[in-house]
Amino acid sequence: MATQSSSASRLATQRIGFSLMTLMTLLTVTPILLVVAYIVWQGAPAISVEFLTGFPREGMKAGGILPAIVGTFYLTLGTAVFAVPLGLGAAIYLSEYAPDNRWTRLIRLAIINLAGIPSVVYGLFGLGLFVLFLRFGTSILAASLTLSIMTLPVIISTAEEALRAVPQSFRVVSISLGATRWQTIRRIVLPQALPGILTGVILGLERAAGETAPILFTGAAFFLPRLPHSPLDATMALPYHLFVISTQVPGMPVEIQYGTALVLLVFVLGMNVIASVIRSRARAKRQW
Amino acid sequence: MKSTSTWPEFLITRLIKASGYSAIVFVALIFYFLLNEGAPALFKTPLSSLLSTRWYPIENYFGLLPLISGSLIVTLGAALVAVPFGIGTAVFMSEIAPRWLREILKPLVEVLGGLPSVVLGFLGILLLAPFLRRALDLPTGLSALAGALLLGGIAVPTVVSVAEDALDSVPRSYRDAALALGATRWQTIWRVTLPAARSGVLTAVMLGIGRAIGETMAVMMVTGNAAVMPSLLALFHPARTMTATIAAEMGEVANGSLHYHVLFFIGIVLFLISLAINVTASAVVFRQKKRAERILS
Repeated sequence: MATQSSSASRLATQRIGFSLMTLMTLLTVTPILLVVAYIVWQGAPAISVEFLTGFPREGMKAGGILPAIVGTFYLTLGTAVFAVPLGLGAAIYLSEYAPDNRWTRLIRLAIINLAGIPSVVYGLFGLGLFVLFLRFGTSILAASLTLSIMTLPVIISTAEEALRAVPQSFRVVSISLGATRWQTIRRIVLPQALPGILTGVILGLERAAGETAPILFTGAAFFLPRLPHSPLDATMALPYHLFVISTQVPGMPVEIQYGTALVLLVFVLGMNVIASVIRSRARAKRQW
Repeated sequence: MKSTSTWPEFLITRLIKASGYSAIVFVALIFYFLLNEGAPALFKTPLSSLLSTRWYPIENYFGLLPLISGSLIVTLGAALVAVPFGIGTAVFMSEIAPRWLREILKPLVEVLGGLPSVVLGFLGILLLAPFLRRALDLPTGLSALAGALLLGGIAVPTVVSVAEDALDSVPRSYRDAALALGATRWQTIWRVTLPAARSGVLTAVMLGIGRAIGETMAVMMVTGNAAVMPSLLALFHPARTMTATIAAEMGEVANGSLHYHVLFFIGIVLFLISLAINVTASAVVFRQKKRAERILS
């Protein structure tokens, strides 16, 4: 076809092709900016001290969303408590210890599968194991554990990548100076990989903070008049609250909906920005 | 291990190894608990009733076909959006855009990947559904089409990032050789780079579809949730996916009831679908890597 034709027509084809790709990219990227801008525009008027620090009133149609903000904070913290040590441990194993054999391949396959399991299936699993079998009830504990298993693959794969990026010579020198393997990892490899690991942890927690389906039956409460007192209490959470006030409560004022969406967005995208800043600052400072 | 290792070192090494193996344990635990709660559905109700076309739990009709076909329609629609746009964007970012533009586009696509699906569902209810209702003159905008469009948007970042990685890993020399033979950049992309990255692009498509099948909240909020068998114009009618059914109904069932077991059974179906997609995707990548190693060695 085009191979026979003149270079002018081949360049015309190229121009059409490039324009098409550019158009598709624009159509993909512009809605993202519009979505974020629109929520900021519509949600900003709702933001006030009362909205951020008050309890919902009048069947959630007035007042603030403090319990949902605090709940999402607790859930994210709880997820970090379980997922970070476990994920980091697994990443260290895969990067520093694991031999290249069938078992290691099975671990990698398991991680890929964990990453692909639908979030609502995590919810079912959390209900079966943590809520019912272990009798944690619908609680922050059960929801955090569920979220942390869902977050594990993100943390493991990014942390492993960060650990592998540390040059092999650093390890060789440390070992040759008489350090043990663990001393080498703790004093040399981990500090060097820390920014990359932090980025991965934050990206994982960002996902956990925005998820609704895994906490639906494991820890989310429709409405609570007080803040949770212990890890065994259920809690309100921002994503679930947004779901509730946009589908379950008729006659909900739109500005409270947009305000809640904005707070959730700031929470999640704020973590994204922090992760990007850590990543770019570390890249600038890196000595290798 | 050398003789210098002390017992704390021994302990820590063991802990690290255990957390490495934990991933296998978790996949096994998830499968066990789904099976434990979902398998009774098979004993308590005949398979023929699960394969019937009526989902009406209050009267003990548990036909899964409307839900499975709902998931299929919405996911296929999402793929029709996400695959061309995802691959187009990946090609633009990797092959056409200058470096500075790429550095801007990449984090933007990441932002889309990070948007909570409940936020997109919320905008779907408030903006997308009313728009579709007016534009297409439908009785309600809450339809399979709205779900497919939103899901397409949710799957795009997955397709873009995996496809872009695949295009990136095509050796520079392939492109140089094509250009040196007189091909235009467009011909190089179309006939050399994309075919060379074929398996990675295929993986991107599969993972994008996997993301779409498993998505719950956005779909539940905008598809109108009618568990009916699809007709010819199914895309323009309300639909009900497997994920949305679990999310919407699990909160209201009694633990241990037939309805409860059937919902877990749907969970098994979803788990097996994602397992199949991910095992196939990683097998494709794995085989391709081996072939590349053979060629290069």
